[in-house]
Amino acid sequence: MNRHLVQRLGFTLLGLLALIVVVPILLVIGTIVVRGISAINWEFLTAMPRDGMKGGGIFPAIVGTLLLTLGTALAAIPVGVGGAVYLAEYARDTWLTRAIRLAIVNLAAIPSVVYGLFGLGLFVLFLRFGTSILAGSLTLAIMTLPIIISAAEEALRVVPNEYRTVSASLGGTRWQGIRHIVLPQALPGIITGVILGLLRAAGETAPILFTVAAFFLPHLPQSPLDQTMALPYHLYVISTQVPGMPLEIQYGTALVLLVLVLSMNVVATIIRSYFRRRRQW
Amino acid sequence: MEIAARSRRRWIEFAVEAFIRVVGFSSIGFVVLIFLFLLREGLPLFFQTPLRDLVDTRWYPTFDLFGMLPLILGSLLVTITAIAIALPLGLATAVFVREVAPYWAREILKPMIEVLAGIPSVVLGFFGMTVVAPMIRETLGAPTGLTAFAGALILAYMSLPTIISVAEDALDAVPKSYRDAGLAMGATQWQTIWRVVVPAARSGIVMAVMLGMGRAIGETMAVMMVTGNAARIPLTFDSLFRPVRTMTATVAAEMGEVAQGSTHYHALFGIGIVLFVVTFAINLAAASAIFERRRRGGLR
Repeated sequence: MNRHLVQRLGFTLLGLLALIVVVPILLVIGTIVVRGISAINWEFLTAMPRDGMKGGGIFPAIVGTLLLTLGTALAAIPVGVGGAVYLAEYARDTWLTRAIRLAIVNLAAIPSVVYGLFGLGLFVLFLRFGTSILAGSLTLAIMTLPIIISAAEEALRVVPNEYRTVSASLGGTRWQGIRHIVLPQALPGIITGVILGLLRAAGETAPILFTVAAFFLPHLPQSPLDQTMALPYHLYVISTQVPGMPLEIQYGTALVLLVLVLSMNVVATIIRSYFRRRRQW
Repeated sequence: MEIAARSRRRWIEFAVEAFIRVVGFSSIGFVVLIFLFLLREGLPLFFQTPLRDLVDTRWYPTFDLFGMLPLILGSLLVTITAIAIALPLGLATAVFVREVAPYWAREILKPMIEVLAGIPSVVLGFFGMTVVAPMIRETLGAPTGLTAFAGALILAYMSLPTIISVAEDALDAVPKSYRDAGLAMGATQWQTIWRVVVPAARSGIVMAVMLGMGRAIGETMAVMMVTGNAARIPLTFDSLFRPVRTMTATVAAEMGEVAQGSTHYHALFGIGIVLFVVTFAINLAAASAIFERRRRGGLR
């Protein structure tokens, strides 16, 4: 067979395989949007569940997920960005630094359900936080750390060295240079990384199973030591644990979760591409 | 006044830098902490139950039987099948995106794969339950579609973003001169890709597979929702199309109901230790491969 014909057939095959990767993604999103959109209305988004969750809305689950995401952000941002600044600006290439990097890679790979076990062991039982927003947020925060650290370090590293040299040559200390020159330049990249980390946290179920999630709560949480409902767990519960749950409500809940997570994704992408075009180096 | 302000600034700076140094090392602390707490809650199992009983074939917690073999084999079956599906798809997509695709196709493919990476696993599990499993049931005429195969299919797509991005990086690191040399020898682009570029990126592709495997073996919610959760030894020929139960799903499903401090409770943490050690080993191997190549010069 003619080798140019082989090439053309080969390229077509590669394209087809890529299509097999992409089409199911569209199918998942399309199915959930088409079947879930009819469930979405004002009441669904803002009312308490009724009739054993078969009616009413999913308001407490939405609020719960937002609260958990906020708690995760409060805990993960200072530690994650601080860790990235250390790695990008302070650390030298020693075995200790390599150990830190290895630890980050491993944190990223630990199964989410193992984070759940750890959160149960440390925060819920040992530190006696109980199943609470506090315990859940801290568990999720440690899980998102590697994402935030890697992205923020990358953003700090691409800031050209001249910025640091000029700051130092004007008599600035290292921290002044970082605080006033390097961090502002790296900010868009850091924000993108933070959002990507938080959207992971917002969509995770396994780490919150034993640390915070409530099957059903007729009221909103009052303090960080309360349990809360959360969207991903709620979807799991109504699709596997409640017999006779109307499919429409299940798809509606999946759609709300999907929209929440994907819109965060879009925001992150926009920030990244907008600032990449605008920066001067 | 001036001096006071300056010394205060110096003090703040000292505090900030101290904070940065402490949190810089926090990642190591967290890994150690996670392992310690798994051991603390999981080790009692190994004193209460002889090791021989733990690798037994029966997991019936109600009768105090904690044989982990069916769970370990279940995880392996689902993971290996998932990788067998994901590797050809992922490698083909990575080669297509990096070497072949026109600009517009790349601009569609890459964001789509990022979207896939962002879909929560519980949503994919829900889709698997309501769409994929019934499809498998009808095609096979089986009593249930909630099978190892359904789990493997979902897992394959969940590990694709990892496999594609790591493989793409590996292809990216192959110097342009390799491609030029191949073409200058009169090879077609197709021949150059498969006989020069992909072999040169081999170790990176192996790493992509390993990292994808790490993702797949630790995945919990989607697997729990679609594999049917029957703790049986999956060694017969048709196991792929029967329900199985994985290690992760067992922990997630049973932890809510156990009494704290019971043997069952310790056994679930024991599974956690196994999962931690397995993913740690996979990543250590992958990471040392990176360091090794950096040392030899050039990430390739």
